[in-house]
Amino acid sequence: MLSGHLVGSLFSMAGRVCVSRGSARSGAIGPVEAAIRTKLEQALNPEVLELRNESGGHAVPPGSETHFRVAVVSSRFEGLSPLQRHRLVHAALSEELAGPVHALAIQARTPAQWRENPQLDTSPPCLGGSKKTRGTP
Amino acid sequence: MSGSLGRAAAALLRWGRGAGGGLRGQGVRAASSGGSGSSERLDALVKKDRVVVFLKGTPEQPQCGFSNAVVQILRLHGVRDYAAYNVLDDPQLRQGIKDYSNWPTIPQVYLNGEFVGGCDILLQMHQNGDLVEELKKLGIRSALLGEKKDQDSK
Repeated sequence: MLSGHLVGSLFSMAGRVCVSRGSARSGAIGPVEAAIRTKLEQALNPEVLELRNESGGHAVPPGSETHFRVAVVSSRFEGLSPLQRHRLVHAALSEELAGPVHALAIQARTPAQWRENPQLDTSPPCLGGSKKTRGTP
Repeated sequence: MSGSLGRAAAALLRWGRGAGGGLRGQGVRAASSGGSGSSERLDALVKKDRVVVFLKGTPEQPQCGFSNAVVQILRLHGVRDYAAYNVLDDPQLRQGIKDYSNWPTIPQVYLNGEFVGGCDILLQMHQNGDLVEELKKLGIRSALLGEKKDQDSK
């Protein structure tokens, strides 16, 4: 609101540099993605759960399950700060975050907040990453 | 021990010289007890500067899109005087800061010694205006307020 155009410019940059992001979605759902979905459903009983494997935009082999974006819409988030909401998501996925998952972008919304803007955002482009230490989150 | 401290000192970057000169130079004093990942050291580190970020890469050359987004958001608000630590230079720091905040990912942002969140939360605070307010509490006037004022006066 304060600076819509600036936010726009920050993330339109993402659009320009971005490699094809849809490829991961068209492929089969991997075991990590399936586990993330199941665990979030069990832990937070979400009204909406949108999950995107964004690994295709990063310096990892094809078919990787390292980078994800998730939108979790749950009434459990009512009255909680963004930090507290994210911690609930982290707690549900502690195993994945300690293991294969390298990056997890989180949109944690209440049902009312989701209805205001019901979309999974786009992540900024990868900038090369830590190839030396790849594999450790 | 001294090697570890040397690495920590090298990992520390002061971003933006000139503005907020009062804090200048503090950043090079990275010495403290414990390794670079010890909680005592990290506690001192996040409290030493008003704005502290842990990144993959440097503000000049972020190595991750999410770290870059944090840098760009601070830049939009005209926050130049902040301490940035590159976790890729120091594996102990990389793990230590995650344990310290109980937060599994990098980047991490601290305002006035308090953990604020990562890229998603900083972006959200930027979008809803909370960041301007939080910076104000630290005595930092967001550059976006200045821009707004200029536009209003024209």
